[in-house]
Amino acid sequence: MRIAVFATCLVGTVAPRAATATVRLLERLGHTVDMPADQACCGQMHVNTGYGPEAMGVIRNHVRTFAPVLDGRWDAIVAPSGSCVGSIRHQQADVARRNGDDRLARTAEQVSARTYELSELLVDVLGVTDVGAWFPHTVTYHPTCHSLRVLRVGDRPRQLLEAVEGIELRELGEAEQCCGFGGTFSLKNSETSAAMVTDKADEVVATGAEVVAAGDWSCLLNISGALDRRRTGVRAAHLAEILASTRDEPWQGADL
Amino acid sequence: MSTFLGMPTVRPQPSRPPRDPLRWGASFPHAAHETLADGQLRANLRTATRTIRDKRRRVTAELDDWEQLRDAGAAIKASAMARLPDLLTQLEESVTARGGVVHWARDAAEANEVVTGIVREAGAREVVKVKSMATQEIGLNEALAEAGIDAIETDLAERIVQLAGDQPSHILVPAIHRNREEIREIFTHRMGDAPEGLSSEPRELAMAARAHLRARFLRAEVAISGANMAIAETGTVAVVESEGNGRMCLTLPRLLVTVMGIEKVLPTARDLEVFLQLLPRSSTGERMNPYTSMWTGVTPGDGPQEFHLVLLDNGRTRALADELGRQALHCIRCSACLNVCPVYEHTGGHAYGSVYPGPIGAILTPQLLGVGEPGGPAGAHDPTGSLPFASTLCGACFDACPVKIDIPAALVHLRERSLHPPGPHAPSATDVSMRVAARVLSSGRALRWAGRAVALVGRLTGGRAIRWLPWPGSLWTRVRDAPVLPVRSLAAWWARRSLR
Amino acid sequence: MTAPSTARAEMLGRIRRALGQSRSVEVERHYHRTGALVAGSGEVLDLLAERLEDYRATVVRTDASAVPRVVADLLDVPSVAVPDGVPAPWLAELTAEVRRDEPALTHAELDDTAAVLTTCRVAIAETGTVVLDGGPGQGRRALTLLPDRHVVVVEADQVVHSVPDAIARLDVTRPLTWISGPSATSDVELVRVEGVHGPRDLRVVLVDG
Repeated sequence: MRIAVFATCLVGTVAPRAATATVRLLERLGHTVDMPADQACCGQMHVNTGYGPEAMGVIRNHVRTFAPVLDGRWDAIVAPSGSCVGSIRHQQADVARRNGDDRLARTAEQVSARTYELSELLVDVLGVTDVGAWFPHTVTYHPTCHSLRVLRVGDRPRQLLEAVEGIELRELGEAEQCCGFGGTFSLKNSETSAAMVTDKADEVVATGAEVVAAGDWSCLLNISGALDRRRTGVRAAHLAEILASTRDEPWQGADL
Repeated sequence: MSTFLGMPTVRPQPSRPPRDPLRWGASFPHAAHETLADGQLRANLRTATRTIRDKRRRVTAELDDWEQLRDAGAAIKASAMARLPDLLTQLEESVTARGGVVHWARDAAEANEVVTGIVREAGAREVVKVKSMATQEIGLNEALAEAGIDAIETDLAERIVQLAGDQPSHILVPAIHRNREEIREIFTHRMGDAPEGLSSEPRELAMAARAHLRARFLRAEVAISGANMAIAETGTVAVVESEGNGRMCLTLPRLLVTVMGIEKVLPTARDLEVFLQLLPRSSTGERMNPYTSMWTGVTPGDGPQEFHLVLLDNGRTRALADELGRQALHCIRCSACLNVCPVYEHTGGHAYGSVYPGPIGAILTPQLLGVGEPGGPAGAHDPTGSLPFASTLCGACFDACPVKIDIPAALVHLRERSLHPPGPHAPSATDVSMRVAARVLSSGRALRWAGRAVALVGRLTGGRAIRWLPWPGSLWTRVRDAPVLPVRSLAAWWARRSLR
Repeated sequence: MTAPSTARAEMLGRIRRALGQSRSVEVERHYHRTGALVAGSGEVLDLLAERLEDYRATVVRTDASAVPRVVADLLDVPSVAVPDGVPAPWLAELTAEVRRDEPALTHAELDDTAAVLTTCRVAIAETGTVVLDGGPGQGRRALTLLPDRHVVVVEADQVVHSVPDAIARLDVTRPLTWISGPSATSDVELVRVEGVHGPRDLRVVLVDG
């Protein structure tokens, strides 16, 4: 399959490792991967902060960049983020329509129908759960709110993780509780956000796992930031990094 | 109010009584600063919300048609809203035909005036009250007090809140912010007839309230209630409760006044079969609440022989005008969204500065007050305007809502309304930075440059964690390290890989 | 004073303006409109008994002939209010003083009465609920509220499986009281305390056959 990777703005700037892992994983599985140069952001931050009209340019750029999927340039688009795919699927067209651009809305809908979060792409489209990964660490998995409740990815990430060789999964307490990131919430309501991430970090530490994993770098940024501040030694890994890790190219835990 | 030397006195929460029950205190972040610092409160809330939500999860899982009930509940509510004028006039006719009197009240002042008038006419100086959000919202007790009428809350938690001089902090358990020791303290000092040596055992406290209220029920001439629902076709009003204080109020006095938001009307008796399943399971996490009372107008020889129904607008029609936001009016006040909300669990109800706290409050209060409308509250720093921002959009509320109110979508929509009031206004610093960000995020080239800049900083910091950032980054680094930055940008990595 | 008719007209006008051209919404009901268990069946009675006990009501199962004995045992108190329509044979073995609501008992008299004995209109097994509608043997609402013990006799054919089954049997314009266990509160630290203002003691006689 020819697959376009949408890195997302956050991963694209501060955590390329989630995108590079996605690329290496998909190539290892025999797919042709592209990373369209004009990509930037899905618009979620603006939309969720109440700047829907201001997000129109962002959405327009995203839809324009990935519209070639409709002409067969790629078979699918993947993003290593449940919340960005959630925004693409459930917000872009709606915002476009409410701001009077029906054409953009229609194209956005068509593009979003070909856009998948990583675990969805692997399990539903590519039909694999065992991706041949090797990850000899204890891991606890935070399922992330938007993967769970917006995309409803269910146990797909779990199926993928359970098939990884060498991994030991540790159950996270109150796993489905939000980590307190919430985009600009972490700044606008920083004290509440801090209280929430403190609880989440406590739960992570309680598992005794070496690594905390999630399918969204934004949540990981929040959780690992709190863990690092407390010098817990727990490291963060995106789901893609775990799945990309092999005996030949083991996980480094840092950007390449 | 008396204070006793050597005894800790329980201070009212919030410390000053609000003038408007829908809008008091500071903006959400500032109010939360206070409540987050209260360790006792946070411990209470944590245990309490977790207890209820586990119970709710168990009893909703018991029904294999739970999702179908939710769908039906949502559809019945949406359909009722679409037919609201017809349903309200039909309700008026049915109630009138059965001997009741229907009043219409455009706002809080008008509702209070109507109720005060009825009580005065009846010559009563004391009324007993069933827990009711609508009467909280309009500040009825205070209005009655001004008219020299003593309104006695009879729900245990409401009585605690009333005696403490508090505002409720939860829709279902309004005194959730008080622990047993504080409640003992409140009863001992404020109840007037508390038994000697009252302990803080919940059973003893409940029995003290029973004894305290019994005499008042028996002598009450007038009762005031809210309504969980009213059936247009029959004129039937329903109140759902646990303690029996509702039955006392709805049965013993000779006159009953019910204040009901216009959104509580349901078309047919058959609709009860949906809501009497959705409400108790979502609310207290029980298969059925101990008591549900239904009455239709006046029944000769049984219960109050005079019945008044006050239909309340007070901003509801304003909410109705918002096509996306109007779903907040579908709310059946079960409070499931509060119990699953991680923000509520940490801040408690008082941070919301309204009698409607939690996720539903964050979309209901701003709409009742017309957020972003001409002259209405607006902006992320306003007590009401900040409410839609008091959420991470985690979606737990949407999943828990028995009538499927898409609270996250409504929050996002109201954020937009709050930030875009009509007419010209000077852009805030956030407005400006978001516009700049939008330019960068609309261009692959600009974002690649941003990536390169970040990688440059990454090389300069050499894989070290950044522990402090200047404002607004300091809001982040308060409890977190900033991420270790990459030393090579994604674009650079991709370019080299493509050369291979 | 405000002009009531003005308020009414203005509110209806506001609602119509707010709704604008909103479309009507079809209500589809895909939930179970009837319960799976047959009304009055052994299974439905078992379920009712289990659910009532779950909410701390006392349940005694008996056949029709033993009702007078069972009722007398459950009413080992000084006084009992008995509404019109309770079958006379049920009272045969009572030792308690029987108080009739004719002329109507005052609130003080009712408060001073230890128990009340009634029939019911319908019972819902799934939720452990007994519904009174003021019909024969049930009396006016105050009667089942002030005495501290409520003994209610439920006959097998009155027991339905689900809430929709019950709604189908009820006339909602009658004064209805749905009772599921004794009164309770969880207002102090969410600790459940049974028995607040309503009867603290609910005893259900379930008559089978």
